[in-house]
Amino acid sequence: MDRPLLIASTLCYLTAVARTVFAVRARIALHGRFNFFAIGAGFLFQTAFLSVRGHSLGRCPLTNLFEVFVFLAWSVALIYLMVGPTYRLSLMGAFTAPLVFVLQTFALLAPIDVPHRVRLSANPWLEFHASISMIAYGAFALSCVAGLMYLVQERQLKTHQLHSIFYHLPPLTNLFAALTRLLWLGFALYTAGLVSGFFTGGPLPRVKMICAFGVWLFYGAILQGRHLRWFAPKRVAALCVLAFSAAISVLWAINFVSQNHPM
Amino acid sequence: MNLFCVGISHHTAKVETRERYAAQQSEHDLRAESGCTEALMLATCNRVEVYGSAVVPVATEQIARWLARGVAGTLEDASAFYRYEGEECVRHLFRVAAGLDSMVIGETDILGQVKKAYANARESRSVGPLLHRLFQRAFRVAKQVRSRTEITRGAVSIGSVAVDLAVKIFGDLRDRKVLILGAGDTSERTARALSSRGVTDIRVSNRSFERAETLAALVRGRAVSFHEWALQCREIDIVISSTSADEPLLTPDILSPLIRERSDQPLFIIDIAVPRDVAPEVNEMEGVYLYDIDSLQSIAEQSLALRRQQIAAGEGIIAEHVSDFRAWFGRASNEPLPVGPRVLDEAALRTSEL
Repeated sequence: MDRPLLIASTLCYLTAVARTVFAVRARIALHGRFNFFAIGAGFLFQTAFLSVRGHSLGRCPLTNLFEVFVFLAWSVALIYLMVGPTYRLSLMGAFTAPLVFVLQTFALLAPIDVPHRVRLSANPWLEFHASISMIAYGAFALSCVAGLMYLVQERQLKTHQLHSIFYHLPPLTNLFAALTRLLWLGFALYTAGLVSGFFTGGPLPRVKMICAFGVWLFYGAILQGRHLRWFAPKRVAALCVLAFSAAISVLWAINFVSQNHPM
Repeated sequence: MNLFCVGISHHTAKVETRERYAAQQSEHDLRAESGCTEALMLATCNRVEVYGSAVVPVATEQIARWLARGVAGTLEDASAFYRYEGEECVRHLFRVAAGLDSMVIGETDILGQVKKAYANARESRSVGPLLHRLFQRAFRVAKQVRSRTEITRGAVSIGSVAVDLAVKIFGDLRDRKVLILGAGDTSERTARALSSRGVTDIRVSNRSFERAETLAALVRGRAVSFHEWALQCREIDIVISSTSADEPLLTPDILSPLIRERSDQPLFIIDIAVPRDVAPEVNEMEGVYLYDIDSLQSIAEQSLALRRQQIAAGEGIIAEHVSDFRAWFGRASNEPLPVGPRVLDEAALRTSEL
């Protein structure tokens, strides 16, 4: 009964995507405000969906892959709504909306909304661990979006081929500053998620732990590399895209491998 | 009620003709002499126009004579004057305010000039309800065209392209450091354009230190010895180079050790020298963005082409507002807004008056 809320949310994101595609193709001015409000509306529907689902489960709705994807999409939107206006990167919505749209469309269409075999009891530590990790993934997703924007802008500046999107993208230095902050935010949240995992009380699945530490080390290495100036900004941007692709694959793998272990 | 616009612009007259009519006159006098109920004069470097309303049509020649008053000229330029009436006058003003009729399509200075002309006319009490409504609508149209199309997008001169690119790389330019190599005119213009965007740290280096000092004084910067310019690249964000050197001054070999000391800050190099001062391979270096005169020119042309493509979108917005204004005019005056021919020449006007 909660799916209509998710469909409504997905339609909001689709509107933002369609508007962006139309504006870029028609070469008309692209206003970040429209995307901001479309994503805001989508976020409200997502929140309503998660709330309804959470009430019916009696716990944080992260019990199957479907819910994981929706929660991840919600986290991406949450971080965007927090970060976008703060750093005057509202155009980030033009890049964020497609990502959230794809995540939710996949969740809606794939046969992954399978109820867990046993009704899971509420465990505050486990729920904190899962939800904070998902929000960290949201920050990583946004750093990936900022990385993509940086790479697009950088390439246009290098090749002197300035397309319509060039005039809409933020300056390189601002993008890189936002990307770095998102990386730190995601890393801090992910660290908190990892640490809280040790307090869940249950046995810690080895595969899940290795994967989680792998992601943590990857992002830690990017930040350390940047701190020591080993990586130039362009490389950091490319690594953010790569790291998020790897992290999302790991998230997928974890949920397949540990079917019996709820997040 | 007759609503009209009479004027000359860069489309119909050369600057030496336009400047003869550009002296600001009192609209109050025009009203007294011509019988216009309302009048407004718009004089910019690209156009001199009079917008007016009158119960009895006012001849173009009369307006032109008024504009030429006090100038030792005759009306031999009469053929350069155009005239728009009714709906076409409305459309013309909207196009002018939106920058669609400008020499550089989409330029935004014109809106300020139209606003100033309106303020002057209001002050001299020559604006009545019709011109008030017309100009208020024109301001709205201009803003909409600017925000709903890409007509103002992209820079169309070398200096402004360079500034746009600098902003796209660095964002805020206030704390950026600029080095000018060679004291040419284009360097000076580019430095001035950067200065207008808040750059305060400008260093000038030239083989002749005196010339460097002269240019530094002009752009409120400081002169640097030509032997030291390479070392400046350690901390400089933007280099504008226009020396007359036969061989490239900046090569990857020279720049590499300096770049390593820059903490990954981007370096934007504008090479406007011919032959070029900077080896093209420098653009391959991480964090370095090199633009020579051809690439800047090419971007300016692309922007101009993009602006031209946006004209149709702007015309669409204008058409909606012309239609709205026509409806308002019909309601307010109980008569339709005349759909006059786009341009009436003198002969046609005199005939129509007879």
